[in-house]
Amino acid sequence: MPAPLLRAIDIHKSYDQTEVLKGIDLEVYQGQVVALIGSSGSGKTTFLRCVNLLEEYQQGEIDLDGQPIGYRMANGRRQRLSERAVSAQRARIGFVFQSFNLFPHMTAEQNVMLGLTKVRGMASGEARERARSWLDRVGLSQRRDHYPYQLSGGQQQRVAIARAVAMEPRLVLFDEVTSALDPELVAEVLGVMQDLAKSGMTMIVVSHEMLFVRDVADRVVFMDGGRIVQEGPPAQVFKNPESERLRAFLGRFHGLFGA
Amino acid sequence: MFSFERGTFLGEVWIARFSLMNAMATTVELSFYIIVSGTLLGALLGVVLVYAAWPFRLLVRVYVDVMRGIPVLVLIFFWFFGLAFFKIHVSAFWSGVMAIGAFCAAHMAETVRGAIQSIPQGQTEAAKAIGMTFVPRLWYVILPQAARRVVPPWVNTAVEMVKATTLLSIIGVVELLLATQQAVARNYMIIEFYLAAAFCFFVINFTLSQIGAYLERRFAYMRY
Repeated sequence: MPAPLLRAIDIHKSYDQTEVLKGIDLEVYQGQVVALIGSSGSGKTTFLRCVNLLEEYQQGEIDLDGQPIGYRMANGRRQRLSERAVSAQRARIGFVFQSFNLFPHMTAEQNVMLGLTKVRGMASGEARERARSWLDRVGLSQRRDHYPYQLSGGQQQRVAIARAVAMEPRLVLFDEVTSALDPELVAEVLGVMQDLAKSGMTMIVVSHEMLFVRDVADRVVFMDGGRIVQEGPPAQVFKNPESERLRAFLGRFHGLFGA
Repeated sequence: MFSFERGTFLGEVWIARFSLMNAMATTVELSFYIIVSGTLLGALLGVVLVYAAWPFRLLVRVYVDVMRGIPVLVLIFFWFFGLAFFKIHVSAFWSGVMAIGAFCAAHMAETVRGAIQSIPQGQTEAAKAIGMTFVPRLWYVILPQAARRVVPPWVNTAVEMVKATTLLSIIGVVELLLATQQAVARNYMIIEFYLAAAFCFFVINFTLSQIGAYLERRFAYMRY
């Protein structure tokens, strides 16, 4: 097997005295879709934010394409990289937020273009073309001149996905992206994600949509209390939960998994 | 009714017309310099208050609190007589601009700080997530949103500054109030002339609040 695209080694993170990540090890290979599941407070979102360097962590290492990101060792001491270096690394990792976080003063198209012109240094014509093609791909070619407040939650989230993937990141992180949506809007967002997964995008998905996880994920990782409790292909994890915690967690999804 | 005879209101206004018009121009100029410099410096200080390292924040915090805690008139005396004491020659006009401008900047700094801090953290994170560094993040994502929130309190402060220019009459800047006083000293038409001056200030300030209302409409699409 080739080297993993992303490797997290023994990630520890605490807020003051409370340790929320207690040693996370995870490898994600090119083209894989990895789903993080678990109840709230299990550390899924925190871990995802550590990967995109939105949170600092006290111990451990994250490698992207074999290169450590976020920190470096200098004279035996662990040091946060400069703002510039961290930003350059973030540009290679897409992030889609639960609450969309579109820029309200920009149209859908401008939202997607901003990173292309200001980070990638693309000419605006080329950036516009790429933004349009991504908005097209997520089914919003008719909405590209709309401001976020003129769009439904599902449409906003699809713009946010286009904004993340237009940067051509090495992998995209999805943080409970359907949790803030009305139930009838969930499907359109999951559809876009499924389409991305099929096209070979590497993705880490924190989700409570178990059907989506079962159908789309290559690997499921169950987290509890800041640790990874079990991981494996969906069929295996869902059919043979090894711990009481996972059985209880899956049991909440109304016998979806025959348990 | 519309008599321009000497001793009638209109007649006296006519006699004082150049003095009053110059004074009106002075008031507008003073206000313009004060509001523009106060806004620019205030925006800068507001950004420092939110983002800078603590020694800078502390420095600006002290500046803002001192400026806001001192009567404007004292500030005006401080600049006017203080600079003279150090043998720095600055006209009454410009020491007035500096005094009220410094006061204005302190108020604007607080306004800008509040506006920036009221923008959801998710905006910064979204900008970070696409790899934007601090300055472009501020320029393209945070400040345009902050600008919209600044508009209503900005109008408030600007209007206060226009009114504060009347205090400069005390150090001899012939702005609208002092020119009015001078005219009144000649003709004793106290009520009429002060009402007229009040009306002129109202016109200036009404214009400002209309500009504010226009900007608010202009930015109305920025909703969450």
